[in-house]
Amino acid sequence: MRKGMLMCLLMLMAAVAVLDVAPARAEYGDVVLNKRSDKEGMRPVIFSHWFHRIRFRCKVCHDELGFKMRAGANDVLMVDIVDGKFCGLCHNGQIAWGTERCDLCHSGRHGLESRIHGGNQSLGPGRW
Amino acid sequence: MRSRRGRRRSRYYLWLLLATLILIARTPVAADMARRWLPLVKDGIHDPKSPALRLLQQPGEALSRLPADVAGSQVNWTAALEQGRINPRTNILPETKIRVLDTDILLNLRGGTPIVRFPHRQHTVWLDCGNCHEQLFKSKAGANKFSMQLILQGEQCGVCHGAVAFPLTQCGRCHNTARDKPLPAAAVRGS
Repeated sequence: MRKGMLMCLLMLMAAVAVLDVAPARAEYGDVVLNKRSDKEGMRPVIFSHWFHRIRFRCKVCHDELGFKMRAGANDVLMVDIVDGKFCGLCHNGQIAWGTERCDLCHSGRHGLESRIHGGNQSLGPGRW
Repeated sequence: MRSRRGRRRSRYYLWLLLATLILIARTPVAADMARRWLPLVKDGIHDPKSPALRLLQQPGEALSRLPADVAGSQVNWTAALEQGRINPRTNILPETKIRVLDTDILLNLRGGTPIVRFPHRQHTVWLDCGNCHEQLFKSKAGANKFSMQLILQGEQCGVCHGAVAFPLTQCGRCHNTARDKPLPAAAVRGS
């Protein structure tokens, strides 16, 4: 009987260990932009697809704004954003917060790699 | 009075019951009730010291109100849009033409897995034609050669599915049409 109880306990622990894994870090589709931020002494930018998708359809950024649909394929310069290109079409203080509120976008940990985080659940070889 | 052996046996069953309950709680059926999102401060990419964390919207606060999904961001975004739970803007510039197409395309007609019925409508309410055509896919039905290998590597459908749209573990959502039944008449035959 003691053996049975031990088995049960082991089973319980295995179930917790295997199935109750911590959720994937970052949200699905979160993009880190860090081509220049760290070098310039700013926190990397975190772009959340979920946050934007509630408010805008994909076509707004990927058609009207001209963002290519591959993380890393866009060369987004702060000077262009201030000029109203890329993020700057909305982040101008009218549709969304303006570029003077640096910290709201530059909110990532230092040293993060530029790429999509929290995605790719298929675990393919992946270019994300 | 119960024997010592009987007491031990009942304890054994109690453990078994507990283990089973935990197993059930982790299944996809229960996942609908157990959806959870990490707070930004713990998500591993936000800097916990960033002043933004006091101001930015938390994923759980926004996403828990939307129709559930078992994979990806745990939100069925197509349902959220169709049910009017969200109404994201279609354009910023007033001159932008909003294009929506309502044609289904049947793909993978000669493969072994179920046929893919690709719905243009659910894609074009979110995306513009130019996001897929003519770079990723040619507009002519039958002119594209699809490869699951490429999709898994982030090409073709995999540009979005597996990165920002529902992941490639959801086979049946694309491979959704049985091969042994009459094909839907309204759909166009692709490759």
